[in-house]
Amino acid sequence: MSRAGKITRRVFLGAAGAAAAGLAVGYYVYRRPFPNPLEAQAGEGEAVFNPFVKIPTEGPITVIVPRAEMGQGVTTTLAALIAEELDVRLDQVTVEHGPAASAYANIGMLEEGVPFPRFDDSTIAEMMRGGMGVVGRFLAMQATGGSSSTTDGFTRMRQAGALAREALKAQAARRWQVDAASLTTAEGFVTNPATGETVAYGELALDAARVDLTADPILRDPAEWKLLGRPQPRLDMEAKVTGAPIFGVDVDLPDMVFATIRMNPHFGGTIRTLDDAGSLAMPGVEKLVIIETHLGNGFGVIARSTWHAMRAADAVQVEWERPDRAVDDDAIWAGLEAAVAGRGSNFRDDGDVETVFADAPRERMVEAEYRVPFLAHAAMEPMNATARFRDGELDVWAPNQSPTLTRMACAREAGISQENCRVHTTSLGGAFGRRLEVDYAVYATRLAMETNGRPVKVTWTREEDMTHDMYRPAAMGRFRARLGEDGMPQALDMKIASPSIIASLLPRLYPRLPVPGSDTAIVDGSFNQPYSIANYRVSGVVADNPGVPVGFWRAVGNSFNGFFHEAFMDEIATAGGIDPVELRLSLMADHPAAVGVVEKVADMAEWSASLPANRAKGFAFATSFGSWVAEIVEISETEGRIRLEKVWIAADVGRALDPSIIEAQLMSGALFGLSAAMFEEVNFADGRAVQTNFHDYDPLRIHQSPDVEVAILQNAPKMGGVGEIGTPPAAPALANAIFALTGKRIRQLPLAREVDFA
Amino acid sequence: MRLTVNGNPIEIDAEAEMPLLWALRDLAGIKGPKFGCGIAACGACTVLVAGQPVRSCVLPLGQVEGDVTTIEGIGRPGALHAVQEAWIVEQVAQCGYCQAGQIMSAVALLDEIPNPSDADIDRTMGGNLCRCATYPKIRAAIKRAAASTGA
Repeated sequence: MSRAGKITRRVFLGAAGAAAAGLAVGYYVYRRPFPNPLEAQAGEGEAVFNPFVKIPTEGPITVIVPRAEMGQGVTTTLAALIAEELDVRLDQVTVEHGPAASAYANIGMLEEGVPFPRFDDSTIAEMMRGGMGVVGRFLAMQATGGSSSTTDGFTRMRQAGALAREALKAQAARRWQVDAASLTTAEGFVTNPATGETVAYGELALDAARVDLTADPILRDPAEWKLLGRPQPRLDMEAKVTGAPIFGVDVDLPDMVFATIRMNPHFGGTIRTLDDAGSLAMPGVEKLVIIETHLGNGFGVIARSTWHAMRAADAVQVEWERPDRAVDDDAIWAGLEAAVAGRGSNFRDDGDVETVFADAPRERMVEAEYRVPFLAHAAMEPMNATARFRDGELDVWAPNQSPTLTRMACAREAGISQENCRVHTTSLGGAFGRRLEVDYAVYATRLAMETNGRPVKVTWTREEDMTHDMYRPAAMGRFRARLGEDGMPQALDMKIASPSIIASLLPRLYPRLPVPGSDTAIVDGSFNQPYSIANYRVSGVVADNPGVPVGFWRAVGNSFNGFFHEAFMDEIATAGGIDPVELRLSLMADHPAAVGVVEKVADMAEWSASLPANRAKGFAFATSFGSWVAEIVEISETEGRIRLEKVWIAADVGRALDPSIIEAQLMSGALFGLSAAMFEEVNFADGRAVQTNFHDYDPLRIHQSPDVEVAILQNAPKMGGVGEIGTPPAAPALANAIFALTGKRIRQLPLAREVDFA
Repeated sequence: MRLTVNGNPIEIDAEAEMPLLWALRDLAGIKGPKFGCGIAACGACTVLVAGQPVRSCVLPLGQVEGDVTTIEGIGRPGALHAVQEAWIVEQVAQCGYCQAGQIMSAVALLDEIPNPSDADIDRTMGGNLCRCATYPKIRAAIKRAAASTGA
């Protein structure tokens, strides 16, 4: 840890002191910091054990998985955590998302929002994490992001299952007048091995839920696990292959009307003139509603079907006001160039970088400038939400990543207290960070204020979705390295500039909150890699943002820092005449988990084997979200076109709760990263996004998709995240392969600007 | 407008230019076909008309000639289509939003070519986007379905 220990300590929330206020405590001590949201709505004959477990007298047990299912398999894995300790089969439980509630706050996500590498377990890093945990509970934000669902739920969900199990045993023990410790549980029954008597959980449930346990239950040793650590069939698979109506766009309510919106595509602009006469006369159209919020200005059309609404919206004659400030590619890149030339904040500063570079001979220097563009999320399910405002109460059905933020923003829009707002979270047809935002739910709320209590389902067109994204920010980096006589780097200096995500996001959620001046995301993935280089500096600069909304996009800062850091490492290896894998291995020798995945992937891909002249491989490594990932991409070239042949991934996640789901996430994360690296780019001109739909923002398709082979390792001492970790190494592995094959070093994404893909 | 959807005659009170997708989803309550782009660029809305795969988001009701089959019409829990079975064995779906369209394209492919090559899959499935990029599993599931139907 000595190297990581040198990383600059910066306390930015001042919350560390709160860590002493009691974090290393069991479920019991903090199990009732918030009301149990299930108690108010328990049905007849339904016993509520805790915020996560409901057992009816008859029928399937309900477990609450209060995280968004957006494809990452969280429904299955979090349910398995409960089922493992509750001693039920997965097919004996029904999963519900549950209401928006502080009891479901994601503490793990905020704990990892600290500016320390995940592998840094120094006291101050742990204190900061503890402090963030307290803050997380204080803010009580229920959210799905930061690849944190399983690490956040790992103990809490098992405890919830174990608490219910122990209460059921205690009740059975009371009934049979025996010691609870003598009883066993399996598949939804309590058994007395001495007599052979058994009783179903349902029969005990109502009385058992009132049992007051006096001690925290002891969680099972992983060696005893029956579900965890083994591949489970996904609980949502059958619904998803039969077209079941589980998504936000599928919400169907009695008396529901349909709507769509059109918002000013010029960010921050208002409506100058609007003529709706023609559209209101169209068949099936009910109403046009002006939408004026701090998130955007425009209008909604309410009609008898989504298509009638969209057609009428097309017919509205609207002239959009344009903000004074120009948003276009030139202004954006000028801002980035100015920022990267300016002074940065050091997030890592080992040794004495300035002195080492002061007398560096030219032939020992490697210097480069890298750029990445803005990106859209382009989730397959366009933004949508359904809202009903009736008798002062607001119900919102939305595919969202944060029910508590959604509730706050929608209640604010409706002018009601949060107690009178209920958020119903559907399955998400993709999200990738986009659905941490609240705009779609706020606009639906606005329209619901105008329908006399009728529910209104508001579906965006793809064009609205793509031109009103909160984009992955563009970024730019200037890097230099000094090599020693042996070709190894003596010094590495990286400066990275990007618009701040948090400064863009916070005013959307909390319009009156001050905006922070620094943003760890700008350097996340560059400042916290496990390389030992004597003089090693990584600094970040917040670039001027002319007004483009930016937000969280799968892997966030890691999505571009992976490319910056690992493509430049490849340049260092080339300049020093050292094999790229060998270079990494010698620099990361202090971190066995890193070495493990690098050696594993090199072995899988037969890195050292020679290839035909038209083929090459590229390598990259990145640790992110507490996990360690190495990837190798093999490409071929035929008639000037590059084809991706194969991707090998080795990942160490510390503890693999479901190998099958983790493998799928690594595959998805890597291909998502390759898609962006190859093709994706959002440009801005005339104050708005240029790309509007999949014809001009065309992600990876099946004929371009390589085969993927994954190995999962479990040597790291801490459990890491899964949903985003495949993305960071993908772009640099491909760019490095293109260099190996063609000699062309591409330092700006997307790669399709420079090469043709088959 | 009169349609036959999944073997059932249905009456739809709408203009001839209304796209089939929205008539199915908003008027007939058949939600399997999904809206993704509205310009036939993503395939999420794929249904079969007279056995041929079409992008229902751009097909006006007035031009529907033949019986319509949606994901709901090929199989249901307990009686799944071989392609759906293969999708479950391979655990294809992640977010799942595009999968109804993927499966309908795969059903059409296997009807035409019972034992498709990789090139056949590339050619016929390239119109179906998946942002979770489940493509390797889609490919494996199509091959599994082909093998299971004894082609």
